Amino acid sequence: MAALTKKERMKIARQDMPVQAPEARVQNFNEVALGFTLELARLEAERCLQCKEPLCMEGCPVEVTIPAFIEAVREGDMAKAVRIMKEKNNLPAICGRVCPQEVQCESRCILGKKGQPVAIGRIERFLGDYELANNTCKASSEPPSGKKVAVVGSGPSGITCAVDLGRLGHAVTIFESLHTPGGVLVYGIPEFRLPKAVIRSEIDTCAKALGIEILTDHVIGRTLTLDELQEQFDAIFLGTGAGLPMFMRIPGINFNGVMSANEFLTRVNLMRGYQFPEFDTPVKVGKKVAVIGAGNVAMDSARCALRLQSLRKETGGEVHIVYRRSSAEVPARLEEVHHAKEEGVIFDFLTNPIEIYGDEKGAVRGMRCIRMELGEPDASGRRSPVPIKGSEFDMEVDQVVMALGTSPNPLVFVNADGLQRSKHGTVVSKGENGRTTLKGVWAGGDVVTGAATVISAMGAGKRAAADIDRYLKGETDW
Amino acid sequence: MYKILEKQVLSDVTKLMVVEAPQIARKAKAGQFIIVLMHDHGERIPLTIADYDRAAGTLTMIFQEVGKSTMQMGQMQVGDSFKTIVGPLGHPTEIENFGTVVCVGGGVGIAPVYPIARALKEAGNRVISIIGARTKDLLLWEDKMRAVSDELIVTTDDGSYGRKDLVTVPLKEILESQPGKVAKIWAIGPAIMMKFVAATTKPFNVPTIVSLNSIMVDGTGMCGGCRVLMEGGAQFVCVDGPEFDAHKVDWNNLLSRMAFYRSEEQTAVNRWRESHKCNLDRAVAEGSK
Ligand SMILES: Cc1cc2nc3c(=O)[nH]c(=O)nc-3n(C[C@H](O)[C@H](O)[C@H](O)COP(=O)(O)OP(=O)(O)OC[C@H]3O[C@@H](n4cnc5c(N)ncnc54)[C@H](O)[C@@H]3O)c2cc1C
Ligand SMILES: Cc1cc2nc3c(=O)[nH]c(=O)nc-3n(C[C@H](O)[C@H](O)[C@H](O)COP(=O)(O)OP(=O)(O)OC[C@H]3O[C@@H](n4cnc5c(N)ncnc54)[C@H](O)[C@@H]3O)c2cc1C
Ligand code: SF4
Ligand code: SF4
Ligand code: FES
Repeated sequence: MAALTKKERMKIARQDMPVQAPEARVQNFNEVALGFTLELARLEAERCLQCKEPLCMEGCPVEVTIPAFIEAVREGDMAKAVRIMKEKNNLPAICGRVCPQEVQCESRCILGKKGQPVAIGRIERFLGDYELANNTCKASSEPPSGKKVAVVGSGPSGITCAVDLGRLGHAVTIFESLHTPGGVLVYGIPEFRLPKAVIRSEIDTCAKALGIEILTDHVIGRTLTLDELQEQFDAIFLGTGAGLPMFMRIPGINFNGVMSANEFLTRVNLMRGYQFPEFDTPVKVGKKVAVIGAGNVAMDSARCALRLQSLRKETGGEVHIVYRRSSAEVPARLEEVHHAKEEGVIFDFLTNPIEIYGDEKGAVRGMRCIRMELGEPDASGRRSPVPIKGSEFDMEVDQVVMALGTSPNPLVFVNADGLQRSKHGTVVSKGENGRTTLKGVWAGGDVVTGAATVISAMGAGKRAAADIDRYLKGETDW
Repeated sequence: MYKILEKQVLSDVTKLMVVEAPQIARKAKAGQFIIVLMHDHGERIPLTIADYDRAAGTLTMIFQEVGKSTMQMGQMQVGDSFKTIVGPLGHPTEIENFGTVVCVGGGVGIAPVYPIARALKEAGNRVISIIGARTKDLLLWEDKMRAVSDELIVTTDDGSYGRKDLVTVPLKEILESQPGKVAKIWAIGPAIMMKFVAATTKPFNVPTIVSLNSIMVDGTGMCGGCRVLMEGGAQFVCVDGPEFDAHKVDWNNLLSRMAFYRSEEQTAVNRWRESHKCNLDRAVAEGSK
């Protein structure tokens, strides 16, 4: 294509990504969004103005050189685009799918001021998938440094940290408590949003090329403890996430059918309960399901429930999102909320459960709720919801999934004297690089920030890896 | 890794396996458990560590075939391997010299009570043990339990061996005949047995510890599926337990939660029996050719 003028570029419409139709996709767990074709990716890439001071990059937590990779895609030089991408982001096929682009890179794109921003995430995803299929950019490492690093947890923070350290020539061992690496990417985020095969190949390609050892089934704090790792390794990175589910403190939470989103999603995703009895772990879905909360976790739970209802030919099934704030405060990614609505999830805003009822057999049969209204803005700037007196009402439900947020799992902190944590249970880190209060131990991702995003966890892993490298080379003191 | 080195058939439905798991054996203590996963399509099954050998790097587990997964596990042979074994999980039993203690094991629960009784004995306690089962065939480790107990009482529900009684009967006799003597009681077995043990010891006010077997997924505190209602709120069996004060457990809630997946469990068993029968039929047919 001959070079376009700025005007011409701005005339090109933002390209939509093909998706499975809502009626079809609720019948299966296959990916909803099908990805750009090469033509679409290049056309979308033509829209970018190649800004001299690209604002988009400021919105990306790892500062991907967005205009440069887009230009390479535009030229059709995919290998170059991948190389540019991987300088900052090892997992484009994952980030392209799950980053909340509308509040990160794309929110800053200059084109968004007047019209629609460049679909950076969609191009990134295309590039990631292209690379998985073609493997143009083999990771290579510097000569062995003779130093050993333990990475605890194989979520996005741990994987990113391990890959960067591997490249720098350090011998890395990842310890993961579950039987499959990937963290939330495998146990939480469903197949229809992020296929397991994508995660597996992103992780395998990196690990194999760099000789990173991944030891699954190792619960640090039980199988081995942090002090034992300290004896064996020159540095340790904790990327154990925030995996401990919270339950509401209301009566009735122990009735059968009330569960954490973590349990529901783990049964569905990691254990493949939707394929029961092909796979051994069962998962139940109610006829009327209430999911409490409106983050990504809630959207994923609701959409899994819808799919299970259709797969099991449950007629007249309903799935509700019950959220105490209003639609304006919904924290989930825009695309997920949009998809959930299209698929038929019912949103009950400004509604808060106050009690769960059970039947004589101990199974959930209903939920008492109260209507809320938005009061004054709180410290976070969000208007906090307050109950409206006398507005209680009952909802008939037979499953309640709590997607209220999570905090760090404390198991890893057994025998970790001196490792300071906040009152929320998160690891206290000194500064940007993730150094903890324990010498030689770094931490990053959700375990430090509390539940956040994939890309911020990756950013933390990257910064820690760079600092660990300097420390191991003696370029910086502790 | 996780290779089966030894297998014993203790009864039609009770199997013992010794597996290779050096890293876990190194850390294992009485009262803890592991989670095993047979294969890629399998479920994560919690099992108590019935014994361990640090030097040999092995763990012993004993399980009863109650559903599809444990039935399939019962078919595994020496030389086969598990995909995953994770552990040791949960808190170990707190062992001290308490004086006189009673250890109650019901059915397959005798296996996990054994290392506790042994450790209590080693710590200087006078150990009275009561082991029971529905019928003689389901009893196990009588000799091992005898070796670590000062006194051993054996019961069967049907009277096919030992006393014809539920384990709670001799337990009550001991508490009545030696008032104030028993310092602490451990009871492991089916939930319903533990519930009745709790009811038996409560009037005597003797601290009673049970090891709960609620349904689990991860076993590391991540899902909350294993939670039990205790006086004072919900607790996660996998990380806060598995041992709890029997007098504080909401037994009815536990029993109803354990029955939650009953229809799915039945589906899985039927499907397994069906496919298994086909295989058997085929094997027989091929054999006769
Ligand atoms: C359902 C769901 C949907 C989400 N959707 C999005 C989305 O669309 N976009 C987005 O950006 N973010 C999303 N998030 C958030 C995002 O997934 C997390 O912020 C991110 O995964 C955090 O990465 P991490 O590496 O810090 O931890 P995790 O991904 O939580 O990984 C931690 C790993 O450490 C392991 N571990 C924990 N304790 C131990 C131990 N003691 N020993 C050994 N291993 C241990 C865990 O098993 C786990 O594998 C979602 C989260 C959930 C739950
Ligand atoms: C800490 C702990 C220690 C245990 N130790 C032993 C042991 O040493 N020996 C032994 O025989 N059994 C033990 N169990 C019970 C054992 O895990 C179950 O019998 C087994 O999971 C049943 O699987 P299944 O598919 O064969 O049966 P299913 O048909 O799935 O279920 C049959 C019964 O097992 C229970 N069950 C099902 N799935 C699970 C699960 N994931 N976790 C816990 N219980 C479940 C159900 O309540 C049901 O009543 C223990 C359980 C726990 C929680
Ligand atoms: S990593 Fe995420 S935020 Fe950064 S450019 Fe890619 S999609 Fe945007
Ligand atoms: S701000 Fe938008 S137009 Fe400018 S370089 Fe970034 S993506 Fe391209
Ligand atoms: S088994 Fe998941 S929290 Fe206990």
